[in-house]
Amino acid sequence: MINQPPTLVGKQAVLEGLPEHPATKALTASDNPAWDPQAFTDARFDFGELTLTIAPTHIRAACFTVQAAGYNFFEDMTAVDWFPATPRFQLSYHILSHRFMERIRLRVMLDDSNPTVESITQVWVGANYFEREVFDLFGIRFAGHPDLRRIMMPDDWQGYPLRKDYPVEGYR
Amino acid sequence: MSEIPGSPVLELPATPSTGERRMVLNMGPQHPATHGVLRLVVELDGEVIVSVQPEVGYLHTGIEKTCEAKFYQQVVPLTDRINYLDPLSNNLCYCLAVEKLLALEIPDRAQWIRVLLTELSRLNSHLIWLGTHAMDIGAVTVFLYTFREREELQRLFEAVSGQRMMTSYFRIGGLAMEPPLDWLDRVQNFITTFPEKIDEYSNLLTGNPIFMNRLKGVGYLSPEGAIALGVTGPPLRASGVDIDLRRDMPYSSYEKFQFKVPISTVGDTWARYEVRLVEMRESTKIVQQALDGMPGGPVKANAPKIVLPDREKMKTEMEALIHHFKIVTEGFNVPAGEVYQGMECGHGQMGYYVVSDGTSKPYRVHMRYPSFATLQAVETMCKGRLIADLVAVVGSIDIVLGEIDR
Repeated sequence: MINQPPTLVGKQAVLEGLPEHPATKALTASDNPAWDPQAFTDARFDFGELTLTIAPTHIRAACFTVQAAGYNFFEDMTAVDWFPATPRFQLSYHILSHRFMERIRLRVMLDDSNPTVESITQVWVGANYFEREVFDLFGIRFAGHPDLRRIMMPDDWQGYPLRKDYPVEGYR
Repeated sequence: MSEIPGSPVLELPATPSTGERRMVLNMGPQHPATHGVLRLVVELDGEVIVSVQPEVGYLHTGIEKTCEAKFYQQVVPLTDRINYLDPLSNNLCYCLAVEKLLALEIPDRAQWIRVLLTELSRLNSHLIWLGTHAMDIGAVTVFLYTFREREELQRLFEAVSGQRMMTSYFRIGGLAMEPPLDWLDRVQNFITTFPEKIDEYSNLLTGNPIFMNRLKGVGYLSPEGAIALGVTGPPLRASGVDIDLRRDMPYSSYEKFQFKVPISTVGDTWARYEVRLVEMRESTKIVQQALDGMPGGPVKANAPKIVLPDREKMKTEMEALIHHFKIVTEGFNVPAGEVYQGMECGHGQMGYYVVSDGTSKPYRVHMRYPSFATLQAVETMCKGRLIADLVAVVGSIDIVLGEIDR
């Protein structure tokens, strides 16, 4: 077994354990008019990776905030279906900093009924395909996306294959 | 959204465009220059590209969904079917992600052989890129040369794993087994002669006026544009962004190897060609260092409940037999949590996002593959250029449709 950095659970523990972290500092700063620190709801430091939970209404502002703090490269975005738990969907944004060579994960939890979240293609154009993929396979909508169409499945496909209530063998 | 600077727009002919001359052309899914089943919907004004809309998904097999129905160890063979030209990088990235969840310590020898094989796999990927890219441009000869070396690489992969392409040689906790006895000597033979082979390709292409004219100044991508579009790997470094995860966020003991990361600030198709050619030379240096300093010892972690026992032990020890039976029939439980493991494969930054709910099957496996993001940059690079440049650009970003569609 290798020694891993200690796990920090909860926003308070992370803020105390990593007081100088550029991402948490930017997200808790109250002097930024475009960002509401109340939307940064939870945090977790686990397996050496920092997860920051953001309110669904504020993900685009959060992306602009961490981008300004040095997390300049959008690496990956996907969803997890926690069916039948509520809130059902988790969106995970992985953002890399070329300056600090470190990665953070922004997490957004979404309800089952009409899952919609702001698109972040205004922050990083490269999020386009990733959001289309999540729309295609999970049925989560992205408000403000320039071209929200299915990308993997045929255009007339019924259902969202990566949801947990969709059988692995498909419907026959 | 601000406009990303791409290639300079060509001077259009004197007659102004009326819009009536526009034509929509389907390139693919069966076009030889699209490297698989990629369909590009190209809008043309005469020969000048107005827009490019890539249509993907023809190879979508739902690997991410399949992973959720398999044990952790059964996912390994699925991974190398994603990017089938760089199979060992896929294996490594997945294994590293699960090992992070399990907090497994991997023996030095296994890590070094992993580095060695990943670099050979990168060479494999770059050789195919070089051959097919040159063939798209019209230099068919190079293809025959690069496939000669690729054949030898495939024999090396076959010798360790029994398979030429779908290797599945890296397992959770180490390697499948110790490489055969004379295998390291065979790698040494290959790597000793390989720099001369790179010179050979370079002689065929670097001074070739047709090749130069087709590539130079074509498909320009600015560093800001590359970062905004999520472009990684050689195309990003050819645009002047000095990022290589092997050096900057080392994994699997890459921090013990000395190598240079080639960059170019030109940002065109030619720069991508040059960067990859130097990368091949650097990869041979890494392989040489791995051979020179190869540590001894086991190639599997000491974790009997996770790593399959040796065949010999299974026949002589009861515990080993029980562990084997339990792993094969029930799998092993992985602590709950979520990890993201990034690494630098031949095409760029690959990433595996594994979510565990504490059972023996992954709750969610997501793969970030570089070609998926890089494909978005095609339109930026081609807009306002001739349609012949599209072939050069698609070749230069080195895409594999298996990893885009998954």
